[in-house]
This record gives sequence, C-alpha cells and structure tokens, in this order.
Amino acid sequence: MKPFAYTRPADAASAVAAVAADPSAAYLAGGTNLVDHLKLGVAEPGTLVDVTGLLSTAITPTDDGGLLIGAGARNTDVAADPRVRSAFPALSAALLAGASGQLRNMATTGGNLLQRTRCSYFADLTAPCTKRDPGQGCSARTGWARHHAILGAGEGECIATHPSDMAVALAAFDARVHVLGPAGERTVAATELHRLPGADPSRDTVLEHGELITAVELPASPVAARSAYRKVRDRASYAFALVSVAAALDVGADGTVRDVRIALGGVAHRPWRATRAEAALRGGPATDEAFRAAAAAETDGARAVDTVAGGNAFKIPLVAGTVTATLRALAAHGTEVA
Amino acid sequence: MTTTAAGPGLTRVEGPAKVTGNAVYAYEQDAAQPLHLRGVGATIARGRVRAVHTDAAAAVPGVVAVLTPDTAPRLGGEAGAEQSVLQSAVVHHRGQYVAAVLAETPEAAREAADAVVVDYDAEPATTAFDPDSAEAYTPEVVVAFPPDTSTGDPDAAFDAAAVRVEATYTTPIEFHHPMEPHTTVARWDGEHVTLFEASQSVWDARRQIAALFGIGDDGVTVVSPHVGGGFGTKGTLHAGSVLTALAARAVPGRSVKLALSRREMTDTTGYRPATVQRLRLGAGTDGRLVSVSHDVVESGARMAEFGEPTAVISRHLYAAEHRRTSHRVVPLDLSTPTYMRAPGEAPGSFGAESAMDELAVALGIDPVELRIRNEPDADPDTGRPFSSRNLVACLRRGADRFGWAGRDPRPRTRLVDGWWHGTGVAAAFFPSFAMPGSAAGIRYDAGAPGGAPGRYRVDIAAADIGQGARTVLTLVAAEALGVPASQVDLNLGDTGLPHATMAGGSAGTASWATAIVEAADRFRDKWGTDPDDGSEADGVAGHNPAMAEYAMGAHGAHFVEVAVHADTGEIRVPRMLGVFAAGRILNPLTARSQFLGGMVWGLSMALHEEGVVDPGRGHVVNHDLAGYHVAANADVGDIDAEWVEEDDPHVNPVGAKGIGEIGIVGVAAAVANAAHHATGVRVRSLPITLEHFLGD
Repeated sequence: MKPFAYTRPADAASAVAAVAADPSAAYLAGGTNLVDHLKLGVAEPGTLVDVTGLLSTAITPTDDGGLLIGAGARNTDVAADPRVRSAFPALSAALLAGASGQLRNMATTGGNLLQRTRCSYFADLTAPCTKRDPGQGCSARTGWARHHAILGAGEGECIATHPSDMAVALAAFDARVHVLGPAGERTVAATELHRLPGADPSRDTVLEHGELITAVELPASPVAARSAYRKVRDRASYAFALVSVAAALDVGADGTVRDVRIALGGVAHRPWRATRAEAALRGGPATDEAFRAAAAAETDGARAVDTVAGGNAFKIPLVAGTVTATLRALAAHGTEVA
Repeated sequence: MTTTAAGPGLTRVEGPAKVTGNAVYAYEQDAAQPLHLRGVGATIARGRVRAVHTDAAAAVPGVVAVLTPDTAPRLGGEAGAEQSVLQSAVVHHRGQYVAAVLAETPEAAREAADAVVVDYDAEPATTAFDPDSAEAYTPEVVVAFPPDTSTGDPDAAFDAAAVRVEATYTTPIEFHHPMEPHTTVARWDGEHVTLFEASQSVWDARRQIAALFGIGDDGVTVVSPHVGGGFGTKGTLHAGSVLTALAARAVPGRSVKLALSRREMTDTTGYRPATVQRLRLGAGTDGRLVSVSHDVVESGARMAEFGEPTAVISRHLYAAEHRRTSHRVVPLDLSTPTYMRAPGEAPGSFGAESAMDELAVALGIDPVELRIRNEPDADPDTGRPFSSRNLVACLRRGADRFGWAGRDPRPRTRLVDGWWHGTGVAAAFFPSFAMPGSAAGIRYDAGAPGGAPGRYRVDIAAADIGQGARTVLTLVAAEALGVPASQVDLNLGDTGLPHATMAGGSAGTASWATAIVEAADRFRDKWGTDPDDGSEADGVAGHNPAMAEYAMGAHGAHFVEVAVHADTGEIRVPRMLGVFAAGRILNPLTARSQFLGGMVWGLSMALHEEGVVDPGRGHVVNHDLAGYHVAANADVGDIDAEWVEEDDPHVNPVGAKGIGEIGIVGVAAAVANAAHHATGVRVRSLPITLEHFLGD
C-alpha cells in the first residue's frame, strides 16, 4: 500500500473543491471496496477525501410522489425503509441480496453505485488488465470468464461486469443520480451513469474527476410497487450475481402486459436496462412463452467467451430462465418471487 | 476400558478461552519488538530469476533487510524443492517466493515488498491439466499405497458382464483454506530456534526445521497451543514457515512474524490435485459386481511428486472378482499438491459412488439395495477380515430415518413450486490408521491436604486443530485413570512435551489415546489408586499387531435431498443425513461436530469448490475467499449426523476409529445422484453448477 493523505472537509462543496483540485485525490465513503483496492495496489490515491458525515443520509418524499435518497444513506437503512419496501420492493430486495450485513452497514448509496468490478484480473496487479490499463489487453478473455459480460462489449473489449445489485434496481426504475461538481449540480439518468467499456474501460461512469454523487432520486412509479429482484449466483448467499433481474410488471384484467420494467445484472459493464424485452412484452400476453421470447430478444447478439478455465455462454439461457421465472412470479403473486 | 460412551459428552475444555479471545494462536504469541516479514511471489510459472532490484525496497523507512536468492542465508541442511526457499534462482511455479522483506512494521514490509522488482528468464510452462498428456507417468506411491492394483481380468470380465457402466468423472483442484492462515513466529538464539507455528504436529515441524538447517532436533523448539484448522495443509512445513525461520536467521535474537495472505496460501501451501477418473463397473442382472476398474489420471507438480490415492476407495468398498485400480500423474509447472482432508477418498468416492448409482439405474435396482448386495465378506484388496464393518447397518439405519422406503426411482418427476426434487445415497469409507511412537506422561499433584481433589497432569505433544483433541484426550485420560475429567489437566502442542505423531489421517486420537492409556495403566500399576504427590508414569504407543491381521476402516452412508430450479438450474441441498460406523465414539458432542463439519465440507466440494488455474499465466485466479467459494450458512439446510454402535476390540485400546475425514467421503456423489434423480441430468464433474441444468 502506498502512503496517502487523508482529509475530512466540512461540507460537500469543500470536498468537491478538494478533489477537483488534485488529480490524485479520491472520495472515501464506506470504504468497503476502495480500501480493498488500496491494499491490493489497484487504487493509489495521493489523498483520500472522506465524505462520510457530510452527505445526506435522509430518505425523503419528493413532490411528485417519489423518493430522494441521500448519497450517504447506508445500504442497510435504504433496504429497511418502509417507503422503499412498499413503493420499490425490488430495490430493497436488491440491497439485501448484496454483500453481508456488516458490509451493508458500512456501504453508502453513492459508494454502492461507484464500486468497481470484481473481475479477479482487475484486482491482480500481476495479471494484465485492460480496465486498469487499456494498453495491456484483457486476461479474462483467455482465462476465467465465468462471471463476465455477454452484452455491450465489442470484440476484444473489456468484459468486466458491474457488480452492484442496487444499481440494477435503480436502472429498472428510471432513477436519477444527483451530482455535484466543480461547475455545479447536474442529474444523470441511472441508466446513463455507467458506461459501456468501448475504447476506455478504465472509466466505469460518465462522472468527471471531482464530481460527487449527492443523492439518488426515484420518480413515482406505480408499476414499481409490483416489482421483484431475483439474483442467481453460485451459492445461496454472499456471492456476486451470475445473472440478476430487477423487474416490475403490471398485467391487465385481460391478461395482457400493461406496463413492464426489466433490468439485468451480471451481464454487462453496466446495469442493463432490457428495453428490447420490455418493448416485446408491452401489450402482449403475460405468458412463459412471451417472457422467454422477450428475454431472447434482449440477448440476441450477445457475445459469449469460451475458455478452458470457464466461459460464460450459459448466461444466455440463464437470462431467459431468470427473466421468465421472475416475470411469471410477478404475474402470479406480485412481489413474492421464489 | 468400558466401551460405552456416556452422556452427551464434554464441552470443549478450551471453549471459554476461545470464545473470550484468550486462546493465543501462533501469530499472537508474545514477542518483544518483532520484525515483520513479507514475501515477494514469482510472476512467471517456470524459469529463473535473473536479477532482483532491491534499492527502492531497501529505501523504505523501517526496512531491515531485503532477502533474495543471492543474499538469503543458506539453509545448511537437506531440503526438497518446496522447502528450498531462496536457495537458488530456479522458479518452479507462480507465486514461489523469490524475495522477502524484513521490516519494523507490517506496513513497511508490505510497501517495500511491492517495490521489489524482479527480472526473469522465463521458460515455457505447462499449467493446464491435460489428462491425455504424453508426460503422464506412474507415481512411486499414492500417499502410502501402491499406485496400481489388479486382480483377475477386469477388462474381459467387464466385456462379458450382463450390465455395464462406463463413465468418466472429474474433480478440480481444491484448497484447504483453514480459517486461521498459516502463521509463523521465529526467533534464533545462537544455534537454537524457537517457532510458534500453526501446525498439525510440533514434533514433525521440529524434525523438518532441524533437517533443513542441519542442526540437531534439540536445537528446535516448536510451540502450537491452538490451531484454527489444518485439514492437511498444516501437516508439513510449507515455504512460508521456512522463509520465516530463514529470515529470522539473519536477525539473531529478534522474533520474525509472518501470516500468509489467502493468495499466498493458494500459491504456496498445497491443494488437492485435479482428477479424471474412468470407472468401469460390470455386474450380473442380480446386481452383483463382477468387474470394477477405477483408472485415474491426476494433476501433479514437476517440482515434487505427490500422488493422490484417488482410486484406493475402490480397493475396499465392494466385492468383485475382477478388479483394477491405477493412478497416473501429469506433472505441471504449479506448486505441489498435498494431503487434503480425506485425500483419495474425497475425490475418489465421487467417481466410485456416482458410478454405483448409474449402475443401480441401469439395473433397475434400488441404490441402497445394490450396495448391500455387494457387501464383501472380507477386505477385497487384502483378503483380511474386517476388524469391524457396519456399512450395511449405516445404509439401513439411514434409509429408515431418511424415509427412503417407497422412493419412486424415476427421475424428473417431482416438481414442487418450480423446483425439481430428488434424493440420493452414497457410501463412505476411510481407513483407520494409528501411528506408533506417541508418548504420554502423567504426573499427580495431590494439592493441599484437605483441599480440592488432586489433579492429574497429562502431557503429550498432540495437536488440537479444532477437532477437539484437548477435550477427547482429557476424557480418555480420565477414563483410563478412573477419575472425573475435571481432575485432568491435558497439555499439548509443544515440543517440550512427550513426542506425539501428527493430527492427520484421522489417526490422531487413536495414536495419542494409545499412549495415554498405556501411561495411565502403568501409573495405576505403579502407584495404585491413592498415589503420592508427584507420582509419575509414562507410556509409549507401540505398533498394533492387529493391523497386520485385520482390515480397519470407518464406514458411513449419506442420504441427501436436492432441489434444482426448473428455470435457472440453481441447485440446493435442503436435507442431508449421515450415518456412520466409526468404532467407539469417545465424545459425542465433538464427534457430532466432526461429522457435520465433514458433511458441510462435502457439500461445499459438491456445489462450490474449484481452484481455477489461468491456462496462460499459471496462477490460481480465484485466490481469495470471494473468488474461491466455500459453502455459506445459507447453503446448508436440514443437516444431521448419527452413528451406529460399533464394538471393535482390534483397532486400538480405546476402540475408536478416526472421524475427521469420513464425514466428507461420498457427499458429492450423493448430491450428484440426487440431482440426477431430481432432473434426469447426470453431472460427472465437480462442482455441480447451475449450467448443467439449463437444458438446451
């Protein structure tokens, strides 16, 4: 670990000024991911600017009937909030599907969005990694790719996945991310916050250096009340998603889909809003066949990696199975998804 | 000795110390002003170190020394490749120590280690396991057994058999990952070295250090009072322990501390090798086996030979006139495999007991009944009678308790709430060893006249690696002396105590108890039941002549229920039952924990554990506990273990068979068999992951 300076500004504006002025500075919130990277040498900031204590931890109703979640709100508290649980049950479920109780007690809403991929090559300085250094090439493409992306990465591009569960639910619900930067405030759609890898996979998000997430806004969404999060992973708890689905479904009395939201985790460099699947379903029947066809439409053009150490082609049928199981359960039971 | 286990058993005697944080492990031993060690691992899989640039590391404040193959002290004695740390420029595997930093703080050691730059001359390396490799060879031994056995004409008998099963099963590299990492604190005082070491045998560690440094055994003290799990990886000294003793040699009079990271454990402390097992079973239509072949190719290391005794289980489990087992090893440019909990039987039972299930399906015979029909009268391998064997009793008791009767054998017929359910069974076997040579000393302290009852101090350098040795040996001593356990003080884990053999091979308790019972008998013969203060006696465990007359082993039967999600392929194990026959159960409380712990280990092996080697770079990619999955609490459902009464007068003076490993054996096969019953999909490779069930 490289020695670093540590500062604790009095307010968000001072924090932004401190980081913006120092190219080597980084924000520190819950530290559940960054501290690991400091130990591993993956991150070597010259200065850590601690923003815990100066970010809002409140969850407040908005004028339009939505919720505003302070970026400092702990994952545990967001998951347990009665308004979140009733109006956006998939968000609560997604949070509870992630990490452990101890980690959720530390991790913040803003930090959760900005956590980095768990690709083991990214965290291993002895292995080339195109995300750490775009000049090095990708080790996962010829190595262990079980957890890697099937969507959104072109030939030879980074196939790391974004690890957040929470962000998948936010993508499904059209959340907006409030950002404070040196030039003032702006908002970014949750679906636009994270990037596809392209030529510069070192950048996970569209945020500029110095920009600080201050809140996440959930617009009112009647369909979100009938939502669920389904996470499929290699063990029953404490593992990252192979594939996850945040979905909301409203089926009319005639059995047709009136409204639907689907976002996928574990399949791409960013939480993947399944707009093609949604479009395929809207106005059509809420049947297993339709759910499977919609999922297949979303993964049409998916690119799998096949290696002797473990590829990811299974994720294509797994997306179909997970989407189908989740939507079928929503159609039958609302938010109770087995 | 009586042969009845009384009551629920004794809670761990060191339990209060452990739960209050007062039990002191190796790394926490009091050491004045210790130096901290940090190793630098090779980033090539094969070749030579050309140069080590240490200037930047040496310049880090607090750094005391940077050791390289050129500058490290010489060992001075005999060392194999794994323990020959920093003695030459040769690199045998990625992660091998090629330099190390000694510093006043762990932070400085780490920063400096990161600043060491190593130049290599890399050579082509082979790190991917190819069972068809032309380099495959027959190992000298597979642990202590011959690599190949053959009786009759198994191929001809197979070809002529009415019903045949031929299938290939694979198991991956697996890691021990005890909760406590490998830790060493070493200090040299003149020509004497003291090690606080997380060890399964302080005396073995002493002998190894003495041999490595070319000094007498008396020149080495090893202390290991508490060990947070071993599972075989703390049975022999690995590179980190040697590196610590070597580094301490450079700073006489100062303690040097090292605790390995998970990555270092992955790189340098051994693992279970990968296996490819071809099973061929031939049977008559009555289900009786006529031919059993179990031919294994397994991964190995070019730097040192290790043969996993994978097929040995097929030498003992079932009768068949024609039988063959064989082992071939493919040498790779990886670190050396080593003993890992139930070496041989753990992976081998997956092949052997999956194939038995496939045979049951092919025959249309219930898999419990099939096993009972093939129960041998004597050990198939040696022809010796069994000292005791109750596999059939385990199968019958388990079937009864699990509700096996009336099981519909048809696969893929039980869909409940979107999950396919099925049940499976597998048998378990693990040989019962005892090692001669342990010694125990007993001394009586009468205490103050009229005060509390006198106390018996029992000394033996055994190892409590979490299995409950301290507690069980306290019970053994109390029973042999005819006093309450509360009057016995058991001391272990120190070379200052009488010699003891390793906590390994499920042989620890049997070996140590033999010495303690001998010492207790001699104590009573010498001093009677009313000894004077300070009365002493000792005893040594001799060779058990019955081992040459009888085949000795523990047995068991696993019954599991599996659920597989119809849409996602997720596999869960909601119910597990193990029934064991393992001689006399000395302490039911800790024995139950041993069995359950073994079963969870088996579950973890079945569903999760897989060391993934990067084929290009030769390192294990999932070198931490986020990437290398072991079963979490949520993976374990309704689980229970019980045992059948077994009176074995031959196995050792206390009648106990080892129980540390039998709990694992067969679990993975039982899970795979149940998964087949649930879904109709036969998974022949571990771990059993969801993609096998996703269909087409």
